[in-house]
Amino acid sequence: MADLEDRISESQKMGMQIVKESDDDRLMTLSVGPQHPGSGHFRFIVKLDGDYIVHCDPDPGYVHRGEEKMTEYRNFIQNIPHLERPVIHDSTNITYSYSLAVEELTGIEVPRRGQFIRAIASELNRQVYTLYWLAIYGIFLGHSTMFMWPTGDRELFIDLLEALTGARVTHAFNIPGGVRNDVPDGFKDRCLRQITYYEKRLKEYEDIFYNNPLVRQRTEGVGILTKEDAIRLGVTGSVLRASGVPYDIRKAEPYDVYNEIDFKVQYMKTADSFARAYVPFLDMRESCHILRQLLDKMPEAGEVRAKLQANPRGPPGEAYRRVESGRGALGYYIISDGTPKPYRVKISVGSFRNMLALPHLLVGAKMGDMPVIYWALNYWPVEADR
Amino acid sequence: MATVPEEFRFGNFLASIIWVILIVIVLLTLVILPLTFIVLFYVPLPPVNGEVLTPYLFLTMIVDPTRTLPIVKYLIHTTPFKVIVFPGFVFAAIIAAATIFVERKFLAKMQLRVGPLYAGVWGVGEGILQLAADGLKVISKEILIPSGADKPIFWAAPIAFVATAAAVVALIPVAPGWVVSNTDVGLIAVFAILGFFPLIALLFSWASNSKYPFIGGLRALHQMIAFEIPFILSALSVVILAGSLNLTHIATSQHPFWFILFLPISAFVFFISSLAELERVPFDLPEAESEIVAGWLTETSGMIYGLIQLGSYLKVYALAALFVILFLGGWSGPQIFPHQLGPPDAIPLVKVLTLQGLYNAVTVNAIFWFLVKTIVIIMLMLLPRGISPRIRIDILLHTGWYKLIVLAFVNMFVALALIYAGVLGPGGSLSIH
Repeated sequence: MADLEDRISESQKMGMQIVKESDDDRLMTLSVGPQHPGSGHFRFIVKLDGDYIVHCDPDPGYVHRGEEKMTEYRNFIQNIPHLERPVIHDSTNITYSYSLAVEELTGIEVPRRGQFIRAIASELNRQVYTLYWLAIYGIFLGHSTMFMWPTGDRELFIDLLEALTGARVTHAFNIPGGVRNDVPDGFKDRCLRQITYYEKRLKEYEDIFYNNPLVRQRTEGVGILTKEDAIRLGVTGSVLRASGVPYDIRKAEPYDVYNEIDFKVQYMKTADSFARAYVPFLDMRESCHILRQLLDKMPEAGEVRAKLQANPRGPPGEAYRRVESGRGALGYYIISDGTPKPYRVKISVGSFRNMLALPHLLVGAKMGDMPVIYWALNYWPVEADR
Repeated sequence: MATVPEEFRFGNFLASIIWVILIVIVLLTLVILPLTFIVLFYVPLPPVNGEVLTPYLFLTMIVDPTRTLPIVKYLIHTTPFKVIVFPGFVFAAIIAAATIFVERKFLAKMQLRVGPLYAGVWGVGEGILQLAADGLKVISKEILIPSGADKPIFWAAPIAFVATAAAVVALIPVAPGWVVSNTDVGLIAVFAILGFFPLIALLFSWASNSKYPFIGGLRALHQMIAFEIPFILSALSVVILAGSLNLTHIATSQHPFWFILFLPISAFVFFISSLAELERVPFDLPEAESEIVAGWLTETSGMIYGLIQLGSYLKVYALAALFVILFLGGWSGPQIFPHQLGPPDAIPLVKVLTLQGLYNAVTVNAIFWFLVKTIVIIMLMLLPRGISPRIRIDILLHTGWYKLIVLAFVNMFVALALIYAGVLGPGGSLSIH
């Protein structure tokens, strides 16, 4: 009994409102998802009192694929293609931290040029992901132009990544020890041209979407996640930065070449849905500066990957490395028992942590705010389910 | 038991053919020919141009080019033609269909896309047949009715939706004398008919027996009622200036100054309210996809959806035309069509080809300007879809109940001041009546 009371008080602390049985006849229970156009592969059960949401119960797990278990049956190299499946729009970043962790386990040194190419691919892929996210955010607000423009501009980045890696979406580009192949001829110029064009487009996005009074009306002051709550709930990435915490893994624990790059951590203090929608946009803009510096500083020639043994393995041990993905900190905790296969892999993703803030924010909001709050959390259901 | 085919014999075949010919000849001579002659020569038709007609004479008139035009002129002035073809249902439906196509292309260009592309004729016209393809698809789809639905209402509501939209169209004059129903309470009738739409939406959503349609239906009800009042108030200031509720009279009383010059705020309120009435972006809350699936249309399928779409685009035409009549002077515009298409003393064939006797320069000019203005207004109504997100329900209601009503009142006082100052109205310094 004490256990139940504890759970109730805990839920109330988390912002969930406990609905009494006797209230149920005047509440409407809605199952939002997984067929709902505004939910993704995800369901949350909301209870409505009039137009207000009084209860929210997230129910992830529709696309659980057992990625963590699957890694135990494959060796370190074989794991790469399937590990990027949970978030194919950000596939370079999800294999990035895996490669870093495996390198730490096996003691492989990545050549300097390889490190730069990794970072470039990672930044390009972050743009691809964020554009896709922004497109869906636009259509969730009913703004169809904001759906089409980012989806179109995303193609240009996909073309760049295709030239770089050979695949449009599922690149399998990062491997322990570096990257799979060198950049093609003329890649640097093409990339710089694309960034110049893209920065112009970002201005247009701001004009048509972020400066639109109706968008501001709908997002500002909606779903406020205070700094304390954000830290307590353990959100990460753009959601954390929108709550006024300037925390970016690229700055906090610089990996590969990020300590040589000069960039600012983008954050806002308003902590509402607008801030959560705007911080990824600021990140995209900052990412352009990062890309210019990376292309500038990249060594002209050199190895892009270390020489590996046939089945890379290291001494028994454990490693935890994380990178800043499009959705926040993306970490891999790998235990190795000395064989070529990992003993246990735990993927810690930003989506799942951000999803935990959903009940906290939705309770008390209006039904019309639901997509605004939900998708601003930068949540990717498939990644959360792994 | 296997059936054995009869052995083929040429003689039998020939005999059967001869029998068929014989029967046909007998039937022709005894039944069909007498009946045809009776119908052609003895059935009376209503008189045209003072001439008592039979079907035979009618046919000769159609075949004889010099006598065709009077009969066409007679036909297009009959009530069934006005109701069905022009300016009634078919005319409005063609405009509605064109609106759907133009909207898709227009939106696509705005969003750096190409829009419908493949359903064209011999590679030209970039998807001009897309609408026909969509229509065929919608017609051939199975209609799913949710279990527990209230079937009679579920079937009746889409038909009622189209019928109500078409009823609004029937009150819209497109040229002097070209209106299905020229009633002295035209404007009131329009608002009375528009008042049915929230009712239909609510009935349909209730009949669907589903949660999302129910929320959507309630949203439609709230929205339409909140915007009904500024809608009517903004039209009221037009009535004050025109001194009439008859739509034809309102249109003609705007000579030479359109009411939008005196009532810009009312025109703005009317435009915003008609967007809300039409459930178009940014007021598409009742169909908000990311929030409530498809709102009150969630359970529609097949032709039920097609009918509701047709009805809503008929409404787009009707409200754009109403805007033109109330604020943009209706069909007034400079005379750009010649008074005669050909020389008056030409040979009969040229007379027919130049539609002499049928062609009326004033009417054609009126229809042309009316269409031009309506299309401009329709394009303006389509524009927000490319640049605006959806509004939230509380902001929407606040806008409707507080801001728009106050704005509509402001311009109504302006209109009253114009009347009392003797600027407009009967005997006013700016009116030529």
